[in-house]
Amino acid sequence: MLKKLSIAGLALVLSATSSFAATQITWWHGMSGHNGDVINEISKRFNASQTACELTPVSKGTYEEALAAGIAAFRSHQQPNILQVFDAGSATIINAKGAVIPAEDLIKKAGHPFDRSAFIEGVKYLYADKDGKFIGMPFNSSAPIMYINTDALKKAGVEAPKTWEEFEKIAPKLKEAGFVPLVQSQLTWEFTENFFARNNIQFASNNNGYDGAAGTTLNVTDPNHVMMYEKLKDWADKGWFGYYGAGWSDNQKVFEQNKAALWIGSSGSFGGLQKTAQMPFSADFLPYWGSIKGAGVHSFIGGAALFAMSGKPEAENNCTAAFFEFLTSPEIQVYWHENTGYVPVTKAAYELATKEGYYQKQPVAEVGIKQLLLPGGEWDKGYRLGFYPQIREVMEREYGRIFAGQTTVKDAMETIKKQGDEMLARFAKTAG
Amino acid sequence: MKRVQFNNRFLPYLFLLPQMAVIVIFFYWPSIQAIQSSFYIEDPFGFGSTFVGLRNYHDALFGGDYLNIAVFTVWFTIVVTVLSLSIGLLLAVKADAILRGASAYKTALIAVYAVAPPAAGLIGSMFFDQHIGPFVKLVSYFGWDMKVGVNYYDTAFAMIFISVWKQIPYNFIFCLSGLQGIPVSVREAATIDCRSGFRRFWTVILPLLSPTAFFLLIINMTYSLFDTFGIVDTVVKDKAANNPVTLVYKIYLDGFRGNDLGGSSAQSVILMIVVFVLTIFQFRFLERRVHYG
Repeated sequence: MLKKLSIAGLALVLSATSSFAATQITWWHGMSGHNGDVINEISKRFNASQTACELTPVSKGTYEEALAAGIAAFRSHQQPNILQVFDAGSATIINAKGAVIPAEDLIKKAGHPFDRSAFIEGVKYLYADKDGKFIGMPFNSSAPIMYINTDALKKAGVEAPKTWEEFEKIAPKLKEAGFVPLVQSQLTWEFTENFFARNNIQFASNNNGYDGAAGTTLNVTDPNHVMMYEKLKDWADKGWFGYYGAGWSDNQKVFEQNKAALWIGSSGSFGGLQKTAQMPFSADFLPYWGSIKGAGVHSFIGGAALFAMSGKPEAENNCTAAFFEFLTSPEIQVYWHENTGYVPVTKAAYELATKEGYYQKQPVAEVGIKQLLLPGGEWDKGYRLGFYPQIREVMEREYGRIFAGQTTVKDAMETIKKQGDEMLARFAKTAG
Repeated sequence: MKRVQFNNRFLPYLFLLPQMAVIVIFFYWPSIQAIQSSFYIEDPFGFGSTFVGLRNYHDALFGGDYLNIAVFTVWFTIVVTVLSLSIGLLLAVKADAILRGASAYKTALIAVYAVAPPAAGLIGSMFFDQHIGPFVKLVSYFGWDMKVGVNYYDTAFAMIFISVWKQIPYNFIFCLSGLQGIPVSVREAATIDCRSGFRRFWTVILPLLSPTAFFLLIINMTYSLFDTFGIVDTVVKDKAANNPVTLVYKIYLDGFRGNDLGGSSAQSVILMIVVFVLTIFQFRFLERRVHYG
């Protein structure tokens, strides 16, 4: 027994030392379940592809929890090499000068080439600085798209809408056919942030916040944005729009159960929806307003990016750079895309997926990337707003009050602007 | 009470040390840090902090939705405390009177206490789910279109319901053991003096139960203020929106979700002061009326 134990111990020591030869790097992320498994598989493939580095992925729960954990770790000098940060948290990490090494610098310093134009249009800006330098490495990117209950539309004898004006025409028929014409899953992302992007309207002053935190204010009181929510409220009153709270799945469920005709969801919902939807479905772009001049450009991306945290030895940074390179290789991007529904972030990956005939089998999977490849406008690059997760909470609260009839759209937007601007001013102070 | 004498005058301090260490490390130290950072606006990553005096307190009290949340927290605390205490007491009185199968009833009533708050919240949020919740189905027959997560009051109802349900067993255990601690002779004497069971309870049993009740009052208030966090979190499903939340949850949202350390610290200092004042009030004014027998 003792002999067996000592042999086991020896084997453990040996295996430990052999893996110590490789530089260890860690990756904290906010994904779990199926997507977490795919992340583990990608890490395994990276470790198998070379011997110099060994990557360990660690799930920290949700996006918010991953960010909070990363911040706490950074403050006690225990930060991981790579931290996944979601869209709304990007200002928090990018404005903290010195917390991260810009992805572009990291990759170049490690001796790899870096070509911004290799990335698809829609993902280039959200995690970049105002000069377009990549600070974070776009990883899981998604776009808000419209899922279509094909049977419901057939039953009502209508075509899927491209614009909200078209939606208003078909909504009565969809209702008559016994469906909730429209549901959504995240008003802040789909009807505020991406409303500004898709309709090409300025979201915040200071160039959507890119020019600096000081003096940045929200533009939510824009008459067009107010109009969007007045319409939504009106549609809700007419029974054309169903609002089931701020929770994502409470709203998605209505569509899955074949009770709604149209659902604004994420391109990343595709994988899950295939399993849960009780009816055939297709998808199309997020509608825009035909009446707004210059509308119909691409949307912002949702999802998250990977950030290389500072304060790490060069050998580890080189490994992080090597992993970023590996991650953006077309094969890995396509693997990620096909297994999760997130869009590929490089043009080469998109071409590979097309060549493989993936979109002929799964046309819905192409909608998100096609929407991100739409021509760009002036205001659809992204936004850089501090304390933005909290500002989203204020929006969620006020939007909920609109649909509960406790406030008017105008008052709600005024409140969001007032409280949001206060938070932005507070954030400007943290940036010093 | 018997006094224990130690041979070495430092020995008692040595025995106290582990407990004191826990209190200092997990309570005093974070509290002092919270007080300190409540005067600063700090970058989340700790690169720079700006001294802002009482600005964080001003922003917390007068900005955002803080006062509405505070009002809700007060109501929530009162309702949960009163309901869970009175139902727990009622069940204890009834269980105390049962002779046959008493332990089966008691076990059934106590079992719920083993459920962790987030698990209770999860069970509750399924029970009240707007699509599949059996409770929602039931009340829809009576014309109540219950929508937890959409309607402020429906969500409040669900939160209170789950919090009370979760806390009843705790109160039940203490009330029951308190009742069983009342000597039979006292009860018999009371029965001879007075025929009305209700009056007997009110004038004899309840005063004798007052130490337990006072202890439970404090425990229940801290439960409603702090321990219901897991329930609130699961009921609002991570998205507070226009639903009611308690002050502790707001601190969590601002500090851990919003990464606003200064603002969040100021709020926790305010809450700390409130609880401190409340505790002093309870001990100075309420405890005088407690009969320790």
